[in-house]
Amino acid sequence: MAEFPALAPALPELILLAGACAALMAGVFRPASGESPAAALCLAAMLAAFAAVALAPAGETTAFGGLFVSNPYTAFMKGLVLAGAALTLAMTGSARGRERIDRFEYPVLLTFATLGMLAMVSANDLMSLYIAVELQSLPLYVAAAFRRDSRRSGEAGLKYFILGALSSGMLLYGCSLIYGVAGATGFDAIAASVGEGAPSAGLLVGLVFLAAGLAFKASAAPFHMWTPDVYEGAPTAVTAFLAAAPKVAAVALFARVLMDPFGALAGEWRQIVVFLAIASMLLGAFAAISQSNIKRLLAYSSIGHVGYALVGLAAGGVAGVRGVVVYLAIYLAMTIGVFGCVVAMRRGGREVEGIADLAGLGRDRPLFAAAFAILMFSMAGIPPLAGFFGKFYVFLAAVEAGLYTLAAVGVLTSVVAAFYYLRVVKTMYFDPLDEPLDRPFDREAGLVVAGAAAVVLLFFAWPAPLVTGAAAAAAALAP
Amino acid sequence: MESFPYLSAVVGLPLLGAAMIAVISGPAEYVVRNVRAVALWTTLFTFALSLALWAAFEPGSAEFQFVERAAWIPGLGVEFHLGVDGISVLFVVLSSFLTLLCVVASWESITARVKEYAIAFLVMEAMMNGVFCALDIVLFYLFFEGILIPMFLIIGVWGGPDRVYSAFKFFLYTLAGSVLFLIAVLVMIHETGGETSIPALMRAGFDPKLQIWLWLALFASFAVKVPMWPFHTWLPDAHVEAPTAGSVILAGVLLKLGAYGFLRFSLPMLPEASAFFAPFVYVLSVVAVVYASLVALMQEDMKKLVAYSSVAHMGFVTIGLFTLTPQGVEGAIMVMLSHGVVSAALFLCVGAVYDRRGSRLIASYGGLVHRMPVYAFVFMVFAMAAIGLPGTGGFVGEFLVLMGAFRVDTRVAAVAALGVILGAAYMLWLYRRVFFGPPAQAESRALGDLNRREIAVFAPLVLAVFWMGLYPESFLGVMRESVDNLIAQARPEAALAAAGR
Repeated sequence: MAEFPALAPALPELILLAGACAALMAGVFRPASGESPAAALCLAAMLAAFAAVALAPAGETTAFGGLFVSNPYTAFMKGLVLAGAALTLAMTGSARGRERIDRFEYPVLLTFATLGMLAMVSANDLMSLYIAVELQSLPLYVAAAFRRDSRRSGEAGLKYFILGALSSGMLLYGCSLIYGVAGATGFDAIAASVGEGAPSAGLLVGLVFLAAGLAFKASAAPFHMWTPDVYEGAPTAVTAFLAAAPKVAAVALFARVLMDPFGALAGEWRQIVVFLAIASMLLGAFAAISQSNIKRLLAYSSIGHVGYALVGLAAGGVAGVRGVVVYLAIYLAMTIGVFGCVVAMRRGGREVEGIADLAGLGRDRPLFAAAFAILMFSMAGIPPLAGFFGKFYVFLAAVEAGLYTLAAVGVLTSVVAAFYYLRVVKTMYFDPLDEPLDRPFDREAGLVVAGAAAVVLLFFAWPAPLVTGAAAAAAALAP
Repeated sequence: MESFPYLSAVVGLPLLGAAMIAVISGPAEYVVRNVRAVALWTTLFTFALSLALWAAFEPGSAEFQFVERAAWIPGLGVEFHLGVDGISVLFVVLSSFLTLLCVVASWESITARVKEYAIAFLVMEAMMNGVFCALDIVLFYLFFEGILIPMFLIIGVWGGPDRVYSAFKFFLYTLAGSVLFLIAVLVMIHETGGETSIPALMRAGFDPKLQIWLWLALFASFAVKVPMWPFHTWLPDAHVEAPTAGSVILAGVLLKLGAYGFLRFSLPMLPEASAFFAPFVYVLSVVAVVYASLVALMQEDMKKLVAYSSVAHMGFVTIGLFTLTPQGVEGAIMVMLSHGVVSAALFLCVGAVYDRRGSRLIASYGGLVHRMPVYAFVFMVFAMAAIGLPGTGGFVGEFLVLMGAFRVDTRVAAVAALGVILGAAYMLWLYRRVFFGPPAQAESRALGDLNRREIAVFAPLVLAVFWMGLYPESFLGVMRESVDNLIAQARPEAALAAAGR
């Protein structure tokens, strides 16, 4: 009799799977009238999964015959992913109703995508990696096109799907090359094979394709083309979700793949990551300057932020990974807060997305504007706000690894990027009030925005919880 | 030794005040009244604390005093580490003093968004005090850079017609310099194996080749802040557009941050590079002194004139610092303190007539001495102090700087002395055009003389100017040990020679 597999390490994923299935059933078989319980069920599943992640025993365990790994690094990243997914889902409750996408399938799709993200973070084999990436991507393609009567939304979904399929193809091609050379798909076996002797050309080409595919998912330049269009076209609720958790999952997976199976090839992949980081930071800084749509601006800004996170990855080692983890955590808090503000931007019951629509907000809605301004200054990396500490950690890692040019490019692009973040602050505080935005704030979005702004503002007073957690996570990934 | 945590108090009290103001609510007129009262009492208490700190300070020691240390960021060794020496204690007093005056000076001139204005000023005061107290390099950077946020908002929200451009220029210019400072900070932390305490970094002894790069990175930040020629172009714009109190803080304290940075970092931590670049600094400084004075001569806007005179005075400061003689450095600090008071006072003077007439152009005034005799007297005191007339604080500082410069390079001293003459020219000419001669055309509305509130603002400034000029020992005595210690760190060979003499 076959032994029952040890599923304990995958408990968060199983909870999420059960929750999503239950929500799907509840949605399909609900009585004709009444509120759909799907969203509440999905949220509850995410919270339960978060608790399972938080309570999971420390130390490294594998499941499913080595396809799946759980350690402090994956636990920390899963915590971030779940927090990002749950908060963006929760804060867009009313907005979904307004945008006419309040169908029960929506939270179910996002929960399946979140399940994919968790599996990405824990993938320990090229097979499970690919399946997890696809499980994350497919529901998001649908979600981007969820507003069926909007051409922009449809365009966003189609674009996302086609370019995403292309990147999956590259990813798969890279995987097959690596398998061909290394003779294995498991990360441990690949690491053993990479470790011996000089790397073959096939392995390097496979690595490049794999890196390109993952850079695509993380929307690092020059694989960023889908990001602005999808962010702009998708309903704001979906954009908020896209900007938060999937980004964290993709960068977390990227770091794991490079540090774990390909750790011995650090000299080779570092060039790729340095290039991706510099390209992303430059593009994020310069392309955003001329944007007038806040969602497009945030799309370019997110490309820039991925660039900064990759600076830490390029540095490698414990310090580098710690930088990546700290940066992602702070990025997540800022992004959730900013999108909470964007969700609340509406006039006459309709969503507005222009930066100019924020004019005079500082006078009209002082608290909203103050929170938005704090988040913007933080994204620009101005101390003493949290965004500064994220940059501090990644640049410290870069300097310690001797990557002075990368650090210099990073800080200078952060000055350029400061310009467009300041422009948002300027619009809110320096420009006269034109036409006020609707009141009141959605209550759930208001809570999330206030929480995010408080975290960002007061992070400097008590940084210990995040940085000690990040250090433990980094130690688990980079020995 | 357990003593009262003065330094946490001067940093924390303004923040507490800002938090209190943030939660004030109710009918508009009560909010305004309560906000002003809280701001006044907070800054008054902070100033009293800074005076108590000055009194409790032991001048006979070069050690950092009132040191407070607490763990802050685990894993990096970054600490919440505060302390003052004889140099920084004076700047804490200066910034608390000027913030108090700003609150009083803005009492009537600021009517829009009083709450946000008070919060911005109190947060800025906390950060300024923090910069001067910080003994951890990361903490220092946090305060140094954080000041940009409130200042950006003060210029942009309460400034003049072209405020947006000026606010952006100020912010981005300063940020561009500061991020290179950040890189230098990171390199220093890395080179010393994770050391972030400023006193320890002073003893680190960096490799001379590395020092050159570090020095240039620090220079990029501090030269913009000072500002040194040719990095000064943000200053006139920012000054002209900022509200009066914003200009006061900008000229009185923020310009000192760059020079303080040179004192705290470049000179003691990078002595070889500082010696190497000293001639370069001299050249930029004398150009600043002469060029800025000539430009000031041609200004038609009073605020711009004072702004350019600040650039010239800061030229004296950088000359004095890089002479690395006791006279030069003490003189430079004295110029900073006296300029902090005098330029702040001059901006308040301009603000006083601007509040009455709504114009800062020299041409729209004339013959003011007849209508505003008290104002004319007050202005004259500050103009004389700006020129450096003996008996005022300006004289002591400039004289010491020139003395220090003569010992190092007579050419520098000679050209700098020319700047003193030019300074007299533009100030006296300004005074003649504004206060003497026939009244200007639109003299229809009678200009009232200074009211009681304004006299309450100017009286302590006049007092400070004469105090610095007549009994500078109360300032020089406090800083002497620290300056000697600094020179010993920056020029070991000179200190040995002095000891053998």
